[in-house]
Amino acid sequence: MSYSGAEIWLVIIGLGIGTFLLRFSFLGMIGNRPLPEWVLRYLRYTPVAVLPGLVAPLVIWPAATGGVFDMPRFLAALATVGFGIVTRNNLAGIVGGLAVLYLALFSLG
Amino acid sequence: MPRSNVSAAYWLGFRHSLPFLLVIIPFGLLFGVAGSEAGFNLTEVMGFSVLVIAGASQFAAVQLMVDNAPVVMVLATSLAVNLRMAMYSASLAPHLGAALTWQKALAAYFMVDQTYALAIQEYERRPSRTLAEKIAYYAGVSTPVCPQWYAMTLIGATVGKAIPPQFALDFAVPITFLAMLAPMLRSVAHVAAAAVSVTLALLLAFLPGGVGLLIAAAAAMYTGAQIELWQHRRRL
Repeated sequence: MSYSGAEIWLVIIGLGIGTFLLRFSFLGMIGNRPLPEWVLRYLRYTPVAVLPGLVAPLVIWPAATGGVFDMPRFLAALATVGFGIVTRNNLAGIVGGLAVLYLALFSLG
Repeated sequence: MPRSNVSAAYWLGFRHSLPFLLVIIPFGLLFGVAGSEAGFNLTEVMGFSVLVIAGASQFAAVQLMVDNAPVVMVLATSLAVNLRMAMYSASLAPHLGAALTWQKALAAYFMVDQTYALAIQEYERRPSRTLAEKIAYYAGVSTPVCPQWYAMTLIGATVGKAIPPQFALDFAVPITFLAMLAPMLRSVAHVAAAAVSVTLALLLAFLPGGVGLLIAAAAAMYTGAQIELWQHRRRL
């Protein structure tokens, strides 16, 4: 990581203000006017559009192995998604994923 | 208005929110660890959790900064992760829109997935609640979740460095993301959007800091919205 202290705080404060404005937007300024349906339709897919793309390279090319594909980490990722889909529970996904990660690191690594 | 109803609404919200401690404690710890492992000092890590108070976008910002993405790309991508907050805000507006501005500002600051999900369920289940009761309920659901986010970040950032590399905590970030993501895959459109996002992000990984992800996310949102529209038309 190579940022100056000022750049780091620019990110923190910028992200803080931007996030607050998104949260306050309709509640504070626009009031009771409903959003157009097409906008809602796009907004519904923002988390599933951003998070998978963010995480995929971290799974396929992990930083800890210098970007080399690593089977235990890949299996742990699959297990996290699997447990998460089946249980619909964040914590179950984390616990299941970590369990498979350590199991695989121990037996394969 | 009876004071006791307002107080009861607060404690109802508090009780409804308690199970989320099981999520907030590991997430907060992991963010503290991820932040300090990435090289941020304690004030900066705490700055994220106190000023931003949105886990997924904090993880996204830290990850992009580890990759030395330009500041503009870090902000654009991390804010994209939080676009759903605008949707939450729109959906809470009919219930809390009449509150005082400072109350709405506080509600906005404490708006996270968990507080929103509980509040909207309660408001729709009991529409007859007064505004004061709705605000009290919201304050109640925020109490177990938000202060603990700061505290757990602090603990994670302080003790994180003491954890040896054999524990593979580097992989805590992907696991946390995937765990947040999996329960959101609840329709064909959501799964298709996620698949497009993964495929394009990997194919465009050669592009400099964050650009590939923004393209992948835009295409994925379009995919999800179009499939939903197409399914809707077929049903008509």
